[in-house]
Amino acid sequence: MHVLRPLYVVLALAAIILIAKSFWIPNDFGTHEQGYTYGWYRQSNIEEWKNFTVKYRGREFCGICHAGQAQKLASAQHKDIECENCHGPALSHPADPLKLVLDRSRELCLRCHTRLFYPTSQRSQIKGVSPDQHNFGLECALCHKPHEASRPVRRNR
Amino acid sequence: MVLEELWTVKELFVYPNEYIYWAIQIVMYPFMTGLVAGAFVLSSLYHLFGIKPLKEIARFALVFSFALLMVAPLPLLLHLAHPERSLYVVFTPHFTSAIAAFGVVLFVYASVVASELWFLFRKHLVEVSLKLKGKTNKSMAEKIKYGVHTILTLGALDVSEASLKLDAKAIRILAGAGVPIACFLHGYAGFIFGSVKANALWMTPLMPVIFIMSAIVSGVALCLLIYIIIMEMKKFIAPRKSATAASNTLKEIKGVEMNAMQTTVKYLIFFMIFSISLELLDLVFRSYTAVKSWDILRNVIYGKDFINIFLLQYALGNLAPFILLLLPGLTVRRAVPALLLVLFGVFMMRWNVVIGGQSFSLTFSGYMDYQLPIIPRSLETFKEGLGGALLIAVLPFILFWIINKIFPVLETKGTD
Amino acid sequence: MVLVKGLDGIFRPPDVQAWTSPLRFVFLVDTYKCIGCGFCVKACKLENEIPFTADVSRTWVERYVVTSEGEVFADTPKEARNGFITGQIDPGRGKFKDIPQEKIKKAFFVPKLCNQCAKPSCVQVCPVGATYQNADGVVLVDRKWCIGCGYCIMACPYGMRFFHPVHHVADKCNFCYHRISQGMKPACVQACPTGARQIGNIKDPRDPVGNIVRTQRVAVHKPEYGTDPQVYFIGLSEEVR
Repeated sequence: MHVLRPLYVVLALAAIILIAKSFWIPNDFGTHEQGYTYGWYRQSNIEEWKNFTVKYRGREFCGICHAGQAQKLASAQHKDIECENCHGPALSHPADPLKLVLDRSRELCLRCHTRLFYPTSQRSQIKGVSPDQHNFGLECALCHKPHEASRPVRRNR
Repeated sequence: MVLEELWTVKELFVYPNEYIYWAIQIVMYPFMTGLVAGAFVLSSLYHLFGIKPLKEIARFALVFSFALLMVAPLPLLLHLAHPERSLYVVFTPHFTSAIAAFGVVLFVYASVVASELWFLFRKHLVEVSLKLKGKTNKSMAEKIKYGVHTILTLGALDVSEASLKLDAKAIRILAGAGVPIACFLHGYAGFIFGSVKANALWMTPLMPVIFIMSAIVSGVALCLLIYIIIMEMKKFIAPRKSATAASNTLKEIKGVEMNAMQTTVKYLIFFMIFSISLELLDLVFRSYTAVKSWDILRNVIYGKDFINIFLLQYALGNLAPFILLLLPGLTVRRAVPALLLVLFGVFMMRWNVVIGGQSFSLTFSGYMDYQLPIIPRSLETFKEGLGGALLIAVLPFILFWIINKIFPVLETKGTD
Repeated sequence: MVLVKGLDGIFRPPDVQAWTSPLRFVFLVDTYKCIGCGFCVKACKLENEIPFTADVSRTWVERYVVTSEGEVFADTPKEARNGFITGQIDPGRGKFKDIPQEKIKKAFFVPKLCNQCAKPSCVQVCPVGATYQNADGVVLVDRKWCIGCGYCIMACPYGMRFFHPVHHVADKCNFCYHRISQGMKPACVQACPTGARQIGNIKDPRDPVGNIVRTQRVAVHKPEYGTDPQVYFIGLSEEVR
């Protein structure tokens, strides 16, 4: 029955694919907890994500060595801001990096302190300035102390 | 720098991560699979339903369908960010995704078409193989030819009447089985879009049907166009071969050509009517029900994309060829531009669905403009640019020429 | 075998309430508290290695300004990675819209992040099983398996997904799974100075976030898509896109 010859070729190709499949796919690939629709994956990927490097350590980590600063900040108006928001992620500090690069730019402060009176938003309660009209181009830290944010240190510069 | 930024221009309020991720290659892919499905349906009109005037064009359509099929996965490989992992679709298919159907459907369909071709040309393969077998001093080219033809016979060398009758029966079965598979091949492409509930333009149950119908339109049009071109070439060559036989051959070719063309055009018109009706139905439904997304869709359809949809796709791509083909006294000279316009219209339909669906933001308050990279400045802008698109467009013809060396459609009479 | 399993998965999706895991993460966003500082976006990008200057992000903050004439203006300048340092609305293409203060009736900020949907449409359409939902309800992406087709990006109704500019695979917020799996908070939650972002466990009866979700008037974003999102909003006004 020569009519079946093409069918044999097709079946042989299918067999090759299935064999290749058994070599290539990791054993932990399959249907897991959430069923086939939502849980079809490679199990070891979960562990890979768990091992992803943590960059931001949180202020408790900073407070271990920088207790003084942490305490000063705790009574200041900026007490709710994480150290790393302005100082950057701790990573493996002090091993690497030795020093964190502080963002002294004007734009950092303007994130909250551009005066935006927005009814219904808590943004309205933050004191701020109009960026173009208040010491345009100058670093805020020249007059203001972020860790003791109550009054400017120097006026009429 | 995000890659998709190279060809996306955002306007008004658009989510940050929104870009035109599915670009020209995703337009080319349904266009190619549509041609595949359409060419096969045309071929089956003869092999399954026995519509006599289509005999010549049917065999040609089948081979061309195979050439197109070989090219069909290429737009996807050019689009994927990790083409080296493309086999994962076959290794770990997630069948809840329409794209996972691709691996299985392509394989099954390729098997059907290849098998049908084999049955169609088995006699020719055996004849060539036996003729070359006897030859003692084979040149390199002849050695290759002998090798290829012999392997392809799969050892089935019996070309008796009874054996060929079995072949004919197998062809009919495969042509029959192939039609729903061809429809599935392109229907699933439509399902890929139609099932995306997140996209207001794509989400409609009509999408798979619209895609299949326009696919058949494009496939039939392309096959007829190439067939006409080949016939015209034959007519051009005939007088140069022999002056006396010329006029007879010329008349013969002309006659067959006119018959085949008129019958094919009849079916083309039918499918064109079906296709445009579905698309207009979708549009009318959307404007009538006017759900939340209608405001932005209306701006896209009647504003931003007005020229693309109404001028290029509907007027130039549907209405103009419709008139050209329906006017009495259809000649080859009138049919060729009409067919080119039909193909253009189907291409614009794919463009308007894929790109159109990404022309508006999920916010329903913003737009995105697609700027096809014309001059390739990098590998990416070639792959997803004009260069890549032209490559895909040209490749089937090159492949067809190669396949024609083994499965000649232009001279030999097949088993049918 | 796989086909039968697949069909079964489609026609009888697992009952999400009957999850055996005692942990199911939910997120709470308070749009009254958000001040638009954008520290969350900065922290997210640095924590999750998304190139800072690339115009994609796992999370962002949107601003809505509603005028007395009923016009709604919305923008998210550079995903708010530098916060909102001007009152001008940024509608793109280098232009800016100035809105006079006296015309503003209400204005607010809306932080957005992946909803870790209980019935994620993005997971449903992945052809190779590169994205999935784990036992805790977090939707993750397997970077070694993603082929980069982009179907998941098209399937997300919230526009949360994107192609990672470096790894060239699909990426999205995963609640900082590497942090929450060891008891830390996601980077954005930790960075937020006002507590506008909070994460909790809905299965824990004593969890404060769970309590808020159960007792206060909260909303989810775009529920009509049927994906069952797990990020709840306080103050999700009807202007929010």
